[in-house]
Amino acid sequence: MIDPRKEFMAQLRRYQMGSISRRHFLGVTGLGTAMAVMGAAMPGLLPRKAYAGNIGDKVSLATWPNYHDPKDFEKFKELTGADVEVSVFGSNEEFLAKLQAGGTGWDVFVPTNYTVSTHADLGLIEPLDLSKIPNYDIAAQDAKLIGEGTVKGTVYGAAKDWGTTGFAVNTAKVKENPTTWKEFWDLTRGAYSGRVTVHDYQLTTIGNALKYYGYSFNSNDEKELADAEKLLLDSKPHLFAITSDYQPAFRNGDAWLGICWTGDGKQLHRDIPEIIYVLGKEGGEVWTDFYAVPKSAPNREGGYALINFLLDPAVNATEVQFHGQPSTDSRTNKLLPAEMLNDPIMYPAADLLSALEFGSAATFTNPARAEILARFKAA
Amino acid sequence: MARARKWDWTAILLMSPSFAIFLALLVLPIVVVLVLSFGERAEAGGYEAAFTLAQYANLPARWAAFRNTLSLAPTGTVLCLLAAYPLAYFLAVKASPRSKLLLLILVIVPFWTSFLIRTYAWIFILGGKGIPALLDWVGIPDVRLINTPFAVLLGIVYAYLPLMVFPIFVSLEKLDKRLLEASEDLGASPWATFRQVTLPLSAPGVATGCMLVFILLMGEYLIPALLGGGKVFFIGNALVDLFLQSRNWPFGSAVAVSLVAIMLVTVTLYLRLTLNRRGFRDQSLV
Repeated sequence: MIDPRKEFMAQLRRYQMGSISRRHFLGVTGLGTAMAVMGAAMPGLLPRKAYAGNIGDKVSLATWPNYHDPKDFEKFKELTGADVEVSVFGSNEEFLAKLQAGGTGWDVFVPTNYTVSTHADLGLIEPLDLSKIPNYDIAAQDAKLIGEGTVKGTVYGAAKDWGTTGFAVNTAKVKENPTTWKEFWDLTRGAYSGRVTVHDYQLTTIGNALKYYGYSFNSNDEKELADAEKLLLDSKPHLFAITSDYQPAFRNGDAWLGICWTGDGKQLHRDIPEIIYVLGKEGGEVWTDFYAVPKSAPNREGGYALINFLLDPAVNATEVQFHGQPSTDSRTNKLLPAEMLNDPIMYPAADLLSALEFGSAATFTNPARAEILARFKAA
Repeated sequence: MARARKWDWTAILLMSPSFAIFLALLVLPIVVVLVLSFGERAEAGGYEAAFTLAQYANLPARWAAFRNTLSLAPTGTVLCLLAAYPLAYFLAVKASPRSKLLLLILVIVPFWTSFLIRTYAWIFILGGKGIPALLDWVGIPDVRLINTPFAVLLGIVYAYLPLMVFPIFVSLEKLDKRLLEASEDLGASPWATFRQVTLPLSAPGVATGCMLVFILLMGEYLIPALLGGGKVFFIGNALVDLFLQSRNWPFGSAVAVSLVAIMLVTVTLYLRLTLNRRGFRDQSLV
């Protein structure tokens, strides 16, 4: 039994840290622009002499909630004298919308695989100067996972980590042991009506509705999308919530079944063991997040220095242990505890993994999909 | 008269900062939004110059959001009024001067914390381990509170209550107590006094409070997003999605322009109705 008061305080702390799990709270609430100046909040770290190659006193990072160990930013400040100014965002669309609108002031941000080519084509990000990121050793990366960081032979993104999109099941309440997206949607409209959450995110919610029919996660076919929309509209009255901030609903015992990302699955399972993370047998999504440098970066040297620091295998290992998303870097993996590497949530079985698809740029930018999600939400 | 026609440079100079702010922060953005609303969505999202009415023709696609807002915003305003009036009345008329100050501070204190945190707290109060668990314990099982229109209305009343309380409080506070005594002396029952003296004299405060709450509610999106679980959809939510998710700026602008138009019409009608009534004409709104 979790003490609700403690639980609330814990949630409040997480909110104050700007870290209520991935793509969530701040995105939903539009507080993505709210800045958490982590560096400034760290006590006892007066600026020291900057090290070789002055990178200024501030590097601005736009990232996802709960995605970095604040202690690593302290170390960065000790090494370079630069504060890391963190702004937290809730969706890839938001990164793109803000960069398109201009004037972000970001030196580094963290787009997901299927958005890198769009950013590159629109001229919003610069080809990475790999000589400034010696810690990013492409040969040490899992080649299957980093492909989309490269656009037409040019590297635009340095891989940060990867993960999957499956569903969370509270096994104390859900006895059917669902293993497929078919079962997921049937249980939603059946035994667990009112107990299910789906993402407030077109890519995953529509993608996994498409999997119900066995279509591709990335389908942009008009008829297939119409089928998915029908399933979503049928399911809507049975949903507990349409939200990407679903951890509170699971922790409160309100939601028992819901679309879920690796990191959230890992965090929920760690705190409440009966909540498990399942990958649908039909497939679904695998994704990789990359560090990228906007063309508009006011402090690009600082941006490169920060990427290089965070991709140092020793630093990256502490990051992975903090956020619970698996790394693409084999040198980092060597530094992780064995139980983490054997964790089926973080490193799923190969046969489950092979069924997964990377989201595509066309899926991400398809206006028809955005409109379907809007109709589903407004219905 | 002759004096008024001459340029008063001092006045112009003194006014210019506020004119500049007014122009830069109100007029220009509205012009930009108006221009955008006649454009087209660019291939990768954003805006492409064009002149089309297609965005306005597409407005029915957001009908549900307009319907929800136009039904829940007035409902929320009325509920706020019903909750705020007795409180304001008590504060202004019944409370002793010392406790009055304390109670006023208590009404304001929640404003010192972030609106977001206060609303987020309701997720836990209304969630499975909050009030429903308590109800279950006393024998009423399976009550669902969070992510319902009820939760959204509760959040609205909670968040907007002070905005309603203060204007009413101020108008009741100004009320001349001798009028109440006169009414009593002339044989009116307390209820008749309230109905015929207190209520009409506090009406300007009620009108101001209702307008403050209603205008803000029409643009509300945080409360439905957090307490409606994404299932209770306001125009504000539709706008956020259009700008930050679909990146369909022209359609988002058209929705925004329509919202502003609806507000202008409603507020004008409302002001005419209330200001034209007997007793309001020559009074300031507070």
